Amino acid sequence: MLSRVAESIYWMNRYIERAENMARIVDVNEHLMLDLPPGLAAQWAPLVAITGDEAEFKKRYSGTDQDEVSWFLTFDAANPNSILSSLRAARENARSIREILSSAVWAEINEAYHYVEHLAQTQAAPHHTFLRNVIRASHSVEGATSATLSHAEAYHFSRIGRLTERADQTTRFVDIRYFMLLPSSDEVGSPTDDLHWTAVLQSASALEMYRQRHGMVQMQATVEFLLVDPDFPRSVRSCVSRANESLRAITGTRSGTYRNAAERRLGRLAAELDYTSVEEVIIEGLHEFLDSTQAKLNECGTALHESFFAPQLTTRANAAEFS
Amino acid sequence: MKLDAYETEGFYDELFLAGGNPRKEFKSLVDRINSLPSGDLVRRQGAAERNLMHMGITFNVYGDDAGEERILPFDLIPRLVTAKEWDWIERGLQQRIKALNLFLDDIYYGQRIVKDGIIPEELILSAKGFRRECVGLAPPRGVWCHVTGTDLVRDGDGQIYVLEDNLRVPSGVSYVLQNRAVLKRTFPRVFRGLGVRPVSDYPGRLRAMLEDVAPDGRGPPQVAVLTPGQFNSAYFEHSFLAQQMGVELVEGRDLTVEDGAVFMRTTAGLKRVHVIYRRIDDDFLDPEVFRADSMLGVPGLMEAYQRDRVTLVNAPGTGVADDKVIYAYVPKMIRFYLGEDAIIPNVPTYLCWDKQQMEHVLDHIESMVVKPANESGGYGMLIGPHASASEHEEFRQRIRSDGRNYIAQSTLSLSRVPTLIEDHLEGRHVDLRPFILYGRKIYVLPGGLTRVALRKGSLVVNSSQGGGSKDTWVIAAESGDRATSGGPAS
Repeated sequence: MLSRVAESIYWMNRYIERAENMARIVDVNEHLMLDLPPGLAAQWAPLVAITGDEAEFKKRYSGTDQDEVSWFLTFDAANPNSILSSLRAARENARSIREILSSAVWAEINEAYHYVEHLAQTQAAPHHTFLRNVIRASHSVEGATSATLSHAEAYHFSRIGRLTERADQTTRFVDIRYFMLLPSSDEVGSPTDDLHWTAVLQSASALEMYRQRHGMVQMQATVEFLLVDPDFPRSVRSCVSRANESLRAITGTRSGTYRNAAERRLGRLAAELDYTSVEEVIIEGLHEFLDSTQAKLNECGTALHESFFAPQLTTRANAAEFS
Repeated sequence: MKLDAYETEGFYDELFLAGGNPRKEFKSLVDRINSLPSGDLVRRQGAAERNLMHMGITFNVYGDDAGEERILPFDLIPRLVTAKEWDWIERGLQQRIKALNLFLDDIYYGQRIVKDGIIPEELILSAKGFRRECVGLAPPRGVWCHVTGTDLVRDGDGQIYVLEDNLRVPSGVSYVLQNRAVLKRTFPRVFRGLGVRPVSDYPGRLRAMLEDVAPDGRGPPQVAVLTPGQFNSAYFEHSFLAQQMGVELVEGRDLTVEDGAVFMRTTAGLKRVHVIYRRIDDDFLDPEVFRADSMLGVPGLMEAYQRDRVTLVNAPGTGVADDKVIYAYVPKMIRFYLGEDAIIPNVPTYLCWDKQQMEHVLDHIESMVVKPANESGGYGMLIGPHASASEHEEFRQRIRSDGRNYIAQSTLSLSRVPTLIEDHLEGRHVDLRPFILYGRKIYVLPGGLTRVALRKGSLVVNSSQGGGSKDTWVIAAESGDRATSGGPAS
């Protein structure tokens, strides 16, 4: 597969997953804020904080109320990580590789973009139906990818893009608590705290699966479920582990060994997560752990770039081997 | 929807006789349209357009910052061609392509046609598309023009002429396939009843042709489509054809030349490419040989081609025959190489290069169409009857100062086809671009792209200037000669 094409597939999927998660977080925060005890001010600033786009936001917005933050995260064309921008970028990538996509995958992406673009021009604020539709569109693309793309190289680069982005976004959902300003009486174990973790689970569509596994919502079990549960498909460990499987499906390299930088980075992160205990994470600092996981995911992205998307030109001698 | 009120207004109409009755072969389509409830055609047209938008069958509007995309205007009333007329067109096109290809092979090696005094050497050497770099080359199977999109027009008296040959990188075939997919859903019963010849096997035939012209070598050749990129107005077609053929779509930056052979950069290292269906002009192919500022091409590509390590489709240098002065000599080429008379005539053409003919053009410019020899897309031409006195004068001066680069033709009264305008049907002028493939042998896609000038009275069908397209149905002969309708429903 062409390097340029592989890179576009990877990014196309990252952007769609990013749009989906942006919709999740706006939707859930809206519900959470409605459930807060009276007297507590609604908090929208943390949403901007976890996306890492605070500087960009402060440049153009004066306050941090719901209208401003949700516009910034959904329809703001100048925010490169808004839903609109993410879907536009996904579609631009898709458009440059249409020939290798199935018509079904392309049509889902194209329709999703036109839908959001149309609403951005006509709506004052995103509402619940819109956010649900963005999530559904992302599921449709994933479904079409799984059902109509051959499970070969293009499919596996799709999965790597999707799963690394999802792992990164899940760390951000878990981290939102770090940025919330709550009175000290409302800290760990309080009713507000439980509400918060319930909302976090909802934002990852994880509440039902969590209850089956752990029952009552608690901080430590929630963190464990979202970070290191082996089976839940949005847990960081599950995402990294499956991305690692796809990488090895592409190269044929045996698990536990590596032949390039991407295999080494992703394999190492997967192994680390396999042997991470949540007690340890909480003692050593949850926020710090999430930060360092995000940094490691970034390193995996850089390594993928080096190993596949912009590999050093094969020398003349090696080139002959492929002729 | 009633066609009773439809007027042919004295023009040759592809669907109706002068008296207002439908041509008998096409009566079932007219009956069907008449039987549709009022407003139904408009609804179907709207549904078809939305479908094209959803599938992203769009082109970029240049210079639009919002990145606006539009569908190519499309009209759902098809243009019909009888089997008998089509068989004549097909024979004519095969004859013409065969002769043009022999001409290209000859002028780049030997120039018999010059030595025998049929075409003056200075005309060939001064043609913009003539490439010295191709002299002495012998492409696989002796084929230069692998894909051609010949433009045909019908004059008021019903005679069909060849207007242009388009031997470089003709586009539009993706619209033929897409229009057909839409029309099959719009008029399924009429379509079946008429036994329309299928077009859906074009991508398969294109791929087979590309593999057939690979340089001598081992194993199945690696084929790629070379595009200027997604901001090109024909990008949809490039990506569609690559997808339908199941071959790689590459940009110049994906390719590299090593040891005289062409490779693409893949996730598993460099991979050899044997055949390139290039959709970029000669000028941009190779910055080491042609335009040095080209960012779209591949340095070293021409050398690989000259050493027969890669086949370029179409071959560089075919543009020489797109020069409208050279075009005027095609009937003579057919006689010279094949010993036959041209089956489909040229539009009678005056060459301003010749003093006597130039005088005639200058005297009759008000009634003629004047065209620059090397432009395409309908640019830079003068339609005498529609132009002002000052425009006539301006063109007289251009012709006097640069006779070699102008030709003139009498203004044709292009035939018309009923076209949906708002909520009713009106006649609009059309041409027809069939597509011809040349590998092992010459194949003509039945039908082709009917381009329609949507502006009332306009004769300019180019999409850059307000033109749209229609599906073209070549129907079976009445004697039950129904073409086998095979192939996947596209």
